[in-house]
Amino acid sequence: MIDLQLMALLLIPLFGGGMLAVFGSRSWAAELNSLMSGLTFLASVALTMRVIDSGPQVVFGEQFFIDQFNVFLVALTAFVAFTTSLFSRPYMRIEQHHGKLSTGMLHLYYSMYQMFTFTMLVALTTNNMGIIWVAMEAATLTTVLLVSLYRTPSSLEAAWKYFILCGVGIALALFGTILLYFAAERVLGEGGTALLWTHLNQVKGELEPTVLKLAFIFLLVGYGTKIGLVPLHSWLPDAHAEGPTPVSAVLSGLLLNVALCAVMRSKVLVDGSLKTHFAGNLMMGFGLLSVVVAALFLSRQKDIKRMFAYSSIEHMGLITFAFGMGGPVANFAGMLHMTMHSLTKSAIFFAVGHAAQKAGTQQMERIRGLLQVSPTVGWGLALGTFAILGMPPFGVFASEFLIITTAMHEYPWTTPILLAALGIAFAAIFGKIQPIVFGETTAKPLPHPPALIPVFVHLLLVLILGLYMPPYLANWYRQAAALLG
Amino acid sequence: MTIPLSLQFINLLAALLLLIAFAMLAQRRILSLINLFAWQGAVLALSTFVVAYTTSQHHLYYSAALTLLLKVMVLPWLLHRLIHRLNVRWDVETLLNIPTTMLAGLALVIFAFNLAAPISQLAQGITRGLIGIALASVMLSLLMMLTRRKAVSQVVAFLSLENGLFFAATSATQGMPLVVELGIALDVLVATFIFGIFFFQIRETFESLDITHMEKLKDD
Repeated sequence: MIDLQLMALLLIPLFGGGMLAVFGSRSWAAELNSLMSGLTFLASVALTMRVIDSGPQVVFGEQFFIDQFNVFLVALTAFVAFTTSLFSRPYMRIEQHHGKLSTGMLHLYYSMYQMFTFTMLVALTTNNMGIIWVAMEAATLTTVLLVSLYRTPSSLEAAWKYFILCGVGIALALFGTILLYFAAERVLGEGGTALLWTHLNQVKGELEPTVLKLAFIFLLVGYGTKIGLVPLHSWLPDAHAEGPTPVSAVLSGLLLNVALCAVMRSKVLVDGSLKTHFAGNLMMGFGLLSVVVAALFLSRQKDIKRMFAYSSIEHMGLITFAFGMGGPVANFAGMLHMTMHSLTKSAIFFAVGHAAQKAGTQQMERIRGLLQVSPTVGWGLALGTFAILGMPPFGVFASEFLIITTAMHEYPWTTPILLAALGIAFAAIFGKIQPIVFGETTAKPLPHPPALIPVFVHLLLVLILGLYMPPYLANWYRQAAALLG
Repeated sequence: MTIPLSLQFINLLAALLLLIAFAMLAQRRILSLINLFAWQGAVLALSTFVVAYTTSQHHLYYSAALTLLLKVMVLPWLLHRLIHRLNVRWDVETLLNIPTTMLAGLALVIFAFNLAAPISQLAQGITRGLIGIALASVMLSLLMMLTRRKAVSQVVAFLSLENGLFFAATSATQGMPLVVELGIALDVLVATFIFGIFFFQIRETFESLDITHMEKLKDD
């Protein structure tokens, strides 16, 4: 039964990618794209309910593995991919109307969008550490042409940087995977099973610690490039600022999470082998550095999408830090923050996309007074900003609060650093967004009505989760947090 | 203790691989760079074949054939076609300080050997010492990516990085599972196609394949 649901989950986007590769230029391609993403989301819901009922299981000759942790990311990925496809329908039509995109470019966009979803879902559900690598690289390949979709000099530069830096990063992760296999082969013997995570997890105590230590460094640096951890982050702001907004939303809200999931899978193995806090310390270091550096860069940004890209680096740093601390509470907080960040950040990108379309620029000093021309876009952006800055009662507050109180308990010296960074980020973002939302306007009306339902759906979810977490969900997250050790 | 002939041969091939990596680091002409890359692929295919023969691992024969097909034939052919169509066949990179680059390369090799030393200790049989060489050629390719200013040579460096990793996989662990190797090969092939598309887009936009034009996006 579960193999049926998993098959649906993986085959729908693959089939959708194929369909859109053929029919991507038709006038109904956007609807088909949303339909496929919607079906994928339904499959993910079915799979999630199944896994929460009956616990972790391996599927298809052990090639796939689903537990409470990755199914949480599967559900989140499918949901945000679905809402982003709803948002992208009017957004991309407006871009086409403005003459920025041709039908051919939209064709490429729709088919790659589905393929990108497919690669992320494979990376999340596979049991094979080698296939995780293959799927992560494939995720880069499907998005790189989307980053350069506008064919402007700066978008080409951003895409080239993204391709080269993530290519190098991911190559280092492959070396880490090879080292892991090298250690595993000595325990599990040769052949296909030595890269299967479930097998590795059973024998993690016997894996050679020196090799695993080196392997983890390579894996963290490699996948960390994808997460956008400082100092490997320099592709991220460029790619987010220059690519089309729906792509920024899924890169920021989803791809970074998937890369972090790969790191967490490795961390569980390394912790089991080393029996020290080596992996956690490394992640805490990278996480803390990312939070601080991103917060400092925030105030220097002029481009609105670039600024929120730096905010993504900051939040991914915070999540990495939380997972680095480890333990049930910090892991729970990390997962909660992952959820909140994905929902909020994609909502912000939706609102920012329409705001930039109205103003005709992404330069913040030239976007003014959104509330006057379009209250929905203005409020979407304002509320999204409040949410991401961790204002109560939004859910981001709850998860950040949990992370900081845990840090205060376990590593008190990090608390002032984290609080200072969050304060700086608050001042920077709030100061820049305030005149954009309020004040006199220069914006023009749009040729198509914008799609803001996804924005408010996301923000409503973040609000509800901030006020009340259903026991079902809390229980699920608690189980998943326990799996991470 | 005598070292078996096959092991000596693999060590020789490993040394050749490192030598080619150094030669690529110093090569200014794009055409020669691509030829060197094809040679590196050939050495890699041969070493995979020898490992397959000595350990009688059947899936390594496929892996050797895949390497031969992809890294010696398809990719160099694609690159040759690309530089022909882009008219950069005879391009020479000027901004390249070869002595300094070579010295940095030397330092990287020493670093790689030190890094791999604890792992080499653990390895049995034919794998000993090869991880160090594989890591060194990976590092040399990384250095090459840093020093190059032409898009095509950066891509060749990227592909030779993949070669170093492949060497690590086949010599140190006797090959990754076949499904993973196929996946990696597919990724590399698709990546090369996308790089090709990029070359044309970059040239169309910047009228040159120099990536020095592409340093506008900065935080100031």
